[in-house]
Amino acid sequence: MSGDPRKKLAYNETFDCIQCGSCLPACPTYKTMGKETQSPRGRINLVKMAAEGKISLDKLKGPINLCLGCRACERVCPTNVKYGKILESAKEALYEQEMDMVSPVKRFEEDLFYKQIFPKRHMLNTASNILWFYQKSGLKTVAHLTGMNKLLPHSLETFEQATPKISSPSHRHHRPKRLFPEGKPLFKVGFFTGCVMDAVFDRINDLSMELLAACGCEVVAAEGQTCCGALHDHGGRTDLTQELAKRNIEVFEQESFDYIVNNAGGCGAMLGEYAHLFEDDEEWKQRAERFAKKSVDISVLLAQLPLPIKKEIHCRVTFQPSCHMTNVQKVIHEPLQLIRTIKGLDFHPLDDPDFCCGSAGVYNIVNYEESMKILDVKMADVKDKNPDLIVTTNPGCLLQMKAGIEREHLGDHVRAVHLVELLAEACGLN
Amino acid sequence: MSIPRNAFQQMKMIIRDQSRVLASEEDLVSYGYDASFGFYLPDLVVQVNSAEETAGILKLANRFKIPVTPRGQASSLSGGPLPVKGGIVLDVSQWNKKLIVDSEDLVAVVSPGVVTAQIDKAAAKYGLMYPPDPGSSQMSTIAGNLAENSGGPRCLKYGVTKDYVIGLEVVTPQGEIMRTGGRTVKNVSGYDLTKLIVGSEGTLGVITEATLRLVPRPPSSRTLMIIFDHFIDSGKMVTKILTSGILPAKIEMMDGASIRAVEAYKPLGLPTDAEAILLVALDGHPAAVKDESEKIAEIAKNTGAKEIKVAKTDQEAGELWQARKLVSPAIVRTKPTKISEDATVPRSKIPEFCARLQEIKMKYRIDLVVFGHAGDGNLHPNIICDKRDKKEMERVEKAIEAIFHAALDLGGTLSGEHGIGTMKSAFMPWEFSPEALDMMKRIKTAWDPNNILNPSKIFPVPGQRLVLSE
Repeated sequence: MSGDPRKKLAYNETFDCIQCGSCLPACPTYKTMGKETQSPRGRINLVKMAAEGKISLDKLKGPINLCLGCRACERVCPTNVKYGKILESAKEALYEQEMDMVSPVKRFEEDLFYKQIFPKRHMLNTASNILWFYQKSGLKTVAHLTGMNKLLPHSLETFEQATPKISSPSHRHHRPKRLFPEGKPLFKVGFFTGCVMDAVFDRINDLSMELLAACGCEVVAAEGQTCCGALHDHGGRTDLTQELAKRNIEVFEQESFDYIVNNAGGCGAMLGEYAHLFEDDEEWKQRAERFAKKSVDISVLLAQLPLPIKKEIHCRVTFQPSCHMTNVQKVIHEPLQLIRTIKGLDFHPLDDPDFCCGSAGVYNIVNYEESMKILDVKMADVKDKNPDLIVTTNPGCLLQMKAGIEREHLGDHVRAVHLVELLAEACGLN
Repeated sequence: MSIPRNAFQQMKMIIRDQSRVLASEEDLVSYGYDASFGFYLPDLVVQVNSAEETAGILKLANRFKIPVTPRGQASSLSGGPLPVKGGIVLDVSQWNKKLIVDSEDLVAVVSPGVVTAQIDKAAAKYGLMYPPDPGSSQMSTIAGNLAENSGGPRCLKYGVTKDYVIGLEVVTPQGEIMRTGGRTVKNVSGYDLTKLIVGSEGTLGVITEATLRLVPRPPSSRTLMIIFDHFIDSGKMVTKILTSGILPAKIEMMDGASIRAVEAYKPLGLPTDAEAILLVALDGHPAAVKDESEKIAEIAKNTGAKEIKVAKTDQEAGELWQARKLVSPAIVRTKPTKISEDATVPRSKIPEFCARLQEIKMKYRIDLVVFGHAGDGNLHPNIICDKRDKKEMERVEKAIEAIFHAALDLGGTLSGEHGIGTMKSAFMPWEFSPEALDMMKRIKTAWDPNNILNPSKIFPVPGQRLVLSE
């Protein structure tokens, strides 16, 4: 690696912070860890001081790695500090520094994780095949034998109970690539499947496509698409993120779509920010901007379409929004509007819906203990609403809510679902 | 200054939970700043959560003569929580569990780390209100508000923080726990130590609990926006309102520069050729509010107002207030550093103070925006600059001196609500006679003979002047 990794730090952006402290009440890790060091203002200050050479770069490591990246701070910031950019720059600098120092073995493991697992669907499929087999057969040792448990959450117990019934591999590979509505299509929609969603919650992807078709869209699960790159970006792997972004942009340029629809708040945020990856490459920047313009969360499109609702659902629900949907995509009202269109639902919003659930990409794997503290705060709010159903809009949040239900022993009367599942049920798609 | 080894060992006996004693470099540098200017590295951060722990730390610090700087969530604009002499930062922000509203005594009893807005929120459940509403109320701790005697827009009608404090638990610099005041609104027994502690900027004692007075929550409110072509008319308007028998909850002002900055930042349909906007909030009985808002609209017409907007719903009121809320983000778009002053003048002098501010802006070639609490003469001249630009910062330093001169000249004060801290201590001899300053110092020495508590605040060091360039 060449050059000083500190040059990667978004130093100029840190000057936008006037250190007023508005971000403190919005930050989940400040709440659970109770230290300025683990707050947005504290982290920005650390980045600034590291860039100025006043502290060494490795002092950033703990606070930066413990940041959820939920970006709730950006929404409350009175001076619009680009926290996401500062955070990603710190991760990139830390990654560079680490790669300068670590052993080739560690580097190989890192690459295995980011290059082989997340972008390659068959690898994630392998993981979910194991989960399926694991669930069906009860052979807990399988995960350990294959080393797959390293990819699964740190406390397998918690997440094993939380993971859904995985479809058999044979079913997953038979999903139609293209669905047509009855009558003339209102829109032609490219469907972004996402990698975690498709591997762990592929049923939600099936239902998403069916729902869009039932609302009058032609839906195409574009062939050759890959991981959105969010996990790589959050891991400081800008180079790999760019590769993945380019591939997705190319794939969705093959046909002329009115929209590129995703159903994962985290992926949607990444897709919408693709242009940020190509600041020094005008051609790709423009292609990324065209792509991002068409990219929407499924709730945004569904909220404009006639939903063929067939039945009432009688239960008490609450809603845990995805942070990246709220704070990055700024999609806030549409999911609520959709929930309210279903008759019979008794909706009780959370007191603090914008407080992250602690899932945050691979945060709950890498920082299991801290993630659980954040989840406990969230579950206290959930329990206060006494719901039958927790509605989510992102696979990570969904898994985390399922883990929360298990953790609080609420499994006998509370379920967590994706908004799409709820809507599909109301529309009689099962 | 570093912490002697045996002091550190004894500290571990006082704070059993080691996770509340922070000594790593990344932690220490995170407690070296606030929302004002300057950076000072502490030697240790201790997160206390009881009066006993606080007393233990202060006893120890007093014995070893270690400086102690109390700190809430560091939203201070005057440098109050900056550990100028190093030593220990005493963080009370995590001591935030106690918030008891007694609706019969009309008081709230709170621990120091409770966030200000949470007190008003808790009071609202009983139809009560905690009126002080500093701009930072969503993140400021009550202890910080008490130490700085914070104000806010609503203080025009309701008074400032000190008007709502009736009792305190305080730990002295010697580490003694004492109570001042009590639980009654009327209390004339002995010296009023409560009021002495409030606004003492953490230099006399550490507040560990407060008993706050609550008032009935007004059942209705209404907002008016009044737009003026001439700045001078807005000043006259403020005087006319306040002498008409009406006391609004808030009267906030924005000058032409802030109107244009907001409109460029987010178009709200504000007239960019206007030279002033007044936002007036009325609260009270619905019939009174209606009557008063009609009266104010009438006065505005006769004072040369260009336009009068009356919000019919809470949502409309929220939209009108958005203009005022956006001033801060709008003005820092051009340059990153914002220096927010709060020099305050008698209400009748507002037009003249504004004229002087315009002269200062021209003379020192600075970006100056004026907005704030016009109703009580507490304006916020904000200087927008770039602290990396040494030449500009030198002009800013001179302009700040000129602003203070102007305010004092007009019979005003250096600070209406932010406190003196490090930012204004150099100017204290301008406002106070040597006798008055000496009396303050004697009080400080009587309370804190070893000068361990929040040293280097309020009092000027001979020859000290404001330096902002890095």
